[in-house]
Amino acid sequence: MKVTVTVNGGEVAAEVADRTLLVHLLRDVAGLTATNVGCDTSSCGACTVLLDGRSVKSCTLLAAQADGRQVTTVEGLSDGSGDLHPVQQAFRAEHGLQCGFCTPGMVMASVSLLAENPSPTEDDVRSALEGNLCRCTGYHNIVRAVLAAASERRPS
Amino acid sequence: MSILGTRVVRTEDPRLLTVGGTYVDDLREPALAQAARVTFVRSPIAHALITGIDVSAAREAPGVVAVLTAADLDDLPPPPPDSGLTGTEGLPFPLGGAWSEPLFAVDRVRFVGEPVAMVITDDRYQGEDAAELVSVDYEQLPAVVGVAGALAGESLLFPSAGSNVAVATGTPADSAAFEACDVVVEHVITNQRLAPVPLEGRAAAAQWADGKLTLWVSTQNAQIARFILVGALGLDPANIRVVAPDVGGGFGAKIGVDRDGLLVAWAAKHIGRALRWAETRSENMLAMTHGRAQRQVVKIGGTREGRILAYRLDLVQDTGAYSRMGGFLPFLTCLMAAGPYDIGHVETAYQVVVTNATPISAYRGAGRPEATAAIERAVDLFAAEIGVDAAEVRRINLVPADKFPYTSGSGATYDTGEYVAGLDKVLAGAGYAELRAEQARRRERGDVLQLGIGVASYVEITAADADGGETARLIVHDDGTATVYTGSSAHGQGHHTAWAMLVQAELGIDMSKVTVIHGDTDLIPMGVGTYASRSLQLGGVAVHKAAVEVKEQGRKVAAEMLEASEADLELDVDRGVWQVRGDPATSTSWAQVAAHAGDAGLAADVNYTEGKPTFPFGTHLAVTEVDTETGKARLIRHVTVDDAGTVLSPVLAEGQRHGGIAQGVAQALLEEMVYDAEGNPVTGTLVDYAIITATELPSFELLASETPATINPLGAKGIGEAGTIGATPATQNSVIDAVSHLGIRHIDMPLTPARVWAAISEARESR
Amino acid sequence: MIPAPFTYQRASSVDEALDLASQAGEDAKFLAGGHSLMPLMKLRLAVPDTLIDIGRIGELSYIRADDGHIAVGALTSHDDIARSDLLASELPLLAQAAGQIGDPQVRHCGTIGGSLAHSDPAADLPAVALALGATFVARGPSGTREIAAGDFFLSLFETVLEPGELLTEIRIPRPQAAGWSFQKFAKRGIDWAIVGVAVQGSSVALVNMGSTPIRATAVEQALAAGSGPREAAAHAAEGTSAPDDLNGPRAYREHLARVLVARALEEAGSRA
Repeated sequence: MKVTVTVNGGEVAAEVADRTLLVHLLRDVAGLTATNVGCDTSSCGACTVLLDGRSVKSCTLLAAQADGRQVTTVEGLSDGSGDLHPVQQAFRAEHGLQCGFCTPGMVMASVSLLAENPSPTEDDVRSALEGNLCRCTGYHNIVRAVLAAASERRPS
Repeated sequence: MSILGTRVVRTEDPRLLTVGGTYVDDLREPALAQAARVTFVRSPIAHALITGIDVSAAREAPGVVAVLTAADLDDLPPPPPDSGLTGTEGLPFPLGGAWSEPLFAVDRVRFVGEPVAMVITDDRYQGEDAAELVSVDYEQLPAVVGVAGALAGESLLFPSAGSNVAVATGTPADSAAFEACDVVVEHVITNQRLAPVPLEGRAAAAQWADGKLTLWVSTQNAQIARFILVGALGLDPANIRVVAPDVGGGFGAKIGVDRDGLLVAWAAKHIGRALRWAETRSENMLAMTHGRAQRQVVKIGGTREGRILAYRLDLVQDTGAYSRMGGFLPFLTCLMAAGPYDIGHVETAYQVVVTNATPISAYRGAGRPEATAAIERAVDLFAAEIGVDAAEVRRINLVPADKFPYTSGSGATYDTGEYVAGLDKVLAGAGYAELRAEQARRRERGDVLQLGIGVASYVEITAADADGGETARLIVHDDGTATVYTGSSAHGQGHHTAWAMLVQAELGIDMSKVTVIHGDTDLIPMGVGTYASRSLQLGGVAVHKAAVEVKEQGRKVAAEMLEASEADLELDVDRGVWQVRGDPATSTSWAQVAAHAGDAGLAADVNYTEGKPTFPFGTHLAVTEVDTETGKARLIRHVTVDDAGTVLSPVLAEGQRHGGIAQGVAQALLEEMVYDAEGNPVTGTLVDYAIITATELPSFELLASETPATINPLGAKGIGEAGTIGATPATQNSVIDAVSHLGIRHIDMPLTPARVWAAISEARESR
Repeated sequence: MIPAPFTYQRASSVDEALDLASQAGEDAKFLAGGHSLMPLMKLRLAVPDTLIDIGRIGELSYIRADDGHIAVGALTSHDDIARSDLLASELPLLAQAAGQIGDPQVRHCGTIGGSLAHSDPAADLPAVALALGATFVARGPSGTREIAAGDFFLSLFETVLEPGELLTEIRIPRPQAAGWSFQKFAKRGIDWAIVGVAVQGSSVALVNMGSTPIRATAVEQALAAGSGPREAAAHAAEGTSAPDDLNGPRAYREHLARVLVARALEEAGSRA
C-alpha cells in the first residue's frame, strides 16, 4: 500500500507492505536510524517518536496508521539552527546518556511529558518515563536532565 | 589547573542526541548495500535429539537466498581438543573436548534458543516468515533444570563426559576452625540467573571480499573477536577485519563474539554475499549469555562479641548448556570470598555443572557480586544470631587501614584501602542512628509500612587480567590536533571523553582537538578491550604514557626550534605551547612542533603491561519500605561510598555508579530468568523479565572517597562494576532487616512481593 | 519481530467499518489503538488475515454527559479519559484507572473500547466498567444492541461480541454512589496488575482474579448486610479463580484481594 507520512516536516511517501511497522518505515525507508528497536513487546520505549505531537511506540504502530499524519523523531527535534533542543541540551549537561541506544526514545518521551506537564515533580518524571528502559544510567541523571529542562523552559 | 578530576561534559553526546549512534543495524556502508538478512531458527525444546531437518519448504519461500544448517559446516577447522582441565590444574574456559559447544546444534539441542539453522533472505520480514517453514524433528530428552537437576545426574547433557559436573575443586572442610567459634551460622543462598539485557541486542554484519572477511559486530572487544574468528573459521588474522561501531551496552555479555556472530561471519564467506543480523529481544533473552546462577552454602563463625573467626563458601555454578566463561566465574567468586574482612580462616570450594539452559558468562561484576552477596548475607546472619548491630559487626571485622597491602583469607592481595572510613562515611551520610530510631518507632506502632536498613561493605578485584595489558597509539598532527588509537573499547562508558582529557592534561592540546578511535582491527591490531573494569587503569594509563612519551619527543623538537636546551624548555599546558622557561615570548605551538618534526613525527605506541589488579572498595546502605500486608518492598534511599582510587572524571564515574546501583537493586528486587520443569524459559520477554524502571528507583546519594592506587601513575582503580557489587546485598539485607523483627533471617532473591509475603506469612504462622 | 502478513483496510465511519468487516469474514480483526493486538501479532500469537483500522473514526472519540449517563466513545484514548475534566468530577474512578494503564505512550494510543473488547482479565478497565455498572453499545450486521458489562466478558480474549460486531460506546449511569477507590497492585508501575480492585460506592470489582473481571459479590453482600470494610473484605476471594503464575500462587492473589479490597473500601469510605 502507499503511505505518505510527514516526518520531521518533510514528506515521506512509499509503497510498503501492509504489515510494515512505523519504526521500519522511519529506519529503512526514510533512513532515519536514530529511532531504535529494543524489544518485541512494547516494553522498552527505544522506538518512541511523536505522532501528531504525542509520544508513541513506533514498533507497535503500523506505518499505515501514521499515513497522512505528522511524525517527529529525535533527528527533527532541534530547530535546524545547530543548537540542541533544551531537552537534548539538558541530557548532555546532566550526563543523561551513556551507550545512547535508549536515548532518542527517552528524549522524545521527555519532550512529550514536558508538553503535557511543563512543571513536573521528580515523581511525575519517573512515572512518565516508566515505559522507557535504560540499562546504563540507573535513570538518575535522566531524571535530573528532564527536571533541568523543565526549569530551563519555565519563564522565570 | 588540570582538567583531570573536573566535571567535563561528554564529547560523544551531541551526535548521540541529534542523529543517534551508528549501531550495527544502522550501518549504511556501501559494502552492506546489497546485504541479505539472517534469521536464526532456534530450538524450542530444552533437551532433545535432532532426528531430522527439512529445509525444503523454507528454500521455496519468497526472498530466500539460502537455508543453512550444521550439514553445511564443511569448510571449518576441527574444534579445539579437550583442555583436560578440571579446575584443580587450571581454569577451564571454555572446556572443549567432550564439553565442546558447536556452532549450529549437531544431533542434539541443549537449551531453548540454541541455533539450529539459519535462513538468509533479501529482507528481514521475509526471514521471519521463512524461518517458520524450517521443519526440525526432535526426540525430546529429560531436561536438566537447575543445580539440583544437574547434580541428580539422571539425565546427562554430554553422555560421553559421564557426568553433569564439569569442574570440582576447593579446600577441604576444617571442622576445628569452626569448633573454636562461640557461634556458627550456616545457610543456603541462591544467587539467581539474570539476563544482561543491553538495550541493543547482539548484532553483526559481515562481508567476504577479495579474500578478506570484514565483520561489524556489537562487541566489547574487536581484537578478541578477531582472535576467536581466527580459531573458529581457520582464517589468517591478516585476512580478518573486525569493526565495533557504536555498541548499545554490553555488561559483559558482549565480550568477543559468540557462536551466532561466528555463524554470520562464516555464512557471508560460505555463500559469498554480505549479510546482516540483528537479533530480536525474544532471541536475546534466550540466546545471549546469562549471568550469576550460583547456589551457595555459607558457613560463618565467630565470637559473641562480633569477631568473625572462620568462613566457608561452598558453591555450585550453573553454567548452562555449555561452559563459556561460566567455568571460570566461580574462581573469581572464591578468590573474593573473604570480602573486605580480616578473617583468620577461610575455606572455599566449587563445582561447575551443566544444565539445559542458556550458557552463563560475564554479567556486570562477573563472579564478584556473587562473592559479596554471599558474605554480606553471612555477616548479617551472624550479626542477627549474636544480636549485635550489623554495621558494628562490619566495623569490627573490616581490614584496618594499617594492614595494607593485605592478603585475604581467600588469597587475594588487596592493594590500598580505607574500609572503615568508607563505612563510617556512609553511616554518617545516611543518618544511620536516626534511621534505626525511625525503624524502632514503626515497629513500636506496628505500622504496615516497616523500614529496613541494609548495609553491605565490599572489596572487588578490577583488571584481574592486567597482565594482558592494553594499547594506545597517540599521534600529534601538524594542524595541532591529535589522534588516539585505543585498544580499549567504548560502549557507553565515555572513553572518547576520558582519553581526550588525558591528552589535554598532559599535552595541553584542547580536548576538542583530540580524536579517539577504537574498535577497528585494521587500525588497531593489538588490544584487549573493555571488561572487568579495566579500561582506565590499563587503557587510560596507556594513553597517559603515550602522551608522556610524545611530550618528550616534543621537547626535543621544540628545543631544536627554539635553540634552547631541553632542560630549559617547559610546556605551558594551559595554552598548549612550548616555551623557554621564564620567557613566554619565545614559544612554539604543537602544530609548529609537529610540522618541524616532519616525517619522523610526534607519535607514540604503548602496550602497557605493567599494571596489576586493583581492589576498589566501598559500602552501600539501602533503605527500603516493606508493606507487611502485601510483601512489596520499595527502595527509598540508597547511599554509597565507592572508592575506585583517583577519579579522572567525576561525571563518568558517577554515571557508572548510578547504572550499577540500578542493576544491583534490580537483582535484589525484581529480576530472575525463570525456567519451568521442562527447561522452558518463562521470562523470555521484557513483559515477564522485569527490568527495573525509573518508577521503582529513588535518586541515589553518592559520597566521594578517593584512596589512590599505587600501582599505576593515574592512581586509578576500576569503577564499572562497583554498583552491582554493593547494591544487591545492601538492598537484599534492607528488605530482610525490615521484617527481621518477625523472626525472618533470610529471603532469597529476587525479593518479589509474593516471596516477601510468603516469608512474613510463614513467620507469623510459626509464632 | 514482525506480524505475519495481512491485508490492511481503513474505515472512516462506523458504517464503513461494518461493511468491511462483513466482507472480510471471520479472520478479520478491528484495529483501534492496536496496543493490545499488535504485540500479540508480532509474537504471532494472533494471525488475522485482515485488519480493519477503525482508529480514524472520529465519531467514536468523545466523552459527554447525557441524561442519566456519561457516554464515552469506544475510541476515546486512555490519555483523553485520564485528562477529562468531566470524568475527573463525575467519574474519577474511571479517570484514575485509565491514567494508570501501561505507560504514557500506551495511553496515547490505547482506547477504552479496545481494552474492553480485548477482554484480558488482567486489564484494569473491564473491572472498572463492572464496578460502575456500565452498559456497552455495539453495532453489527444485525443492528445495534446494548450489553450490560456483567454479561459482556466470557473468558480470556473472548466477549459476547459477534464477528463483525463493533463496540461503539460505553455508557455509565450517573450519578454514581459516592466514594470510590482504585487499587492496582503490580511489581512495577508499568506492569499489569497482579490483583486490582475497583470500588464505587458499595460496588466492588476485581482485576485478575479469574478468567474474566469479576464482581466481588460476597463482599458486596457483606456490605449490604452491614459489615464494615475489613470485615467485608475478608470475603474478597470467595467465588474467584485466580491464576497461579510467575507473580505468585493463587493463595497469594486471594490474600492480596482481601488486603486491597479492605484498603479500597476504606479509601472509598473516606471519599464518600
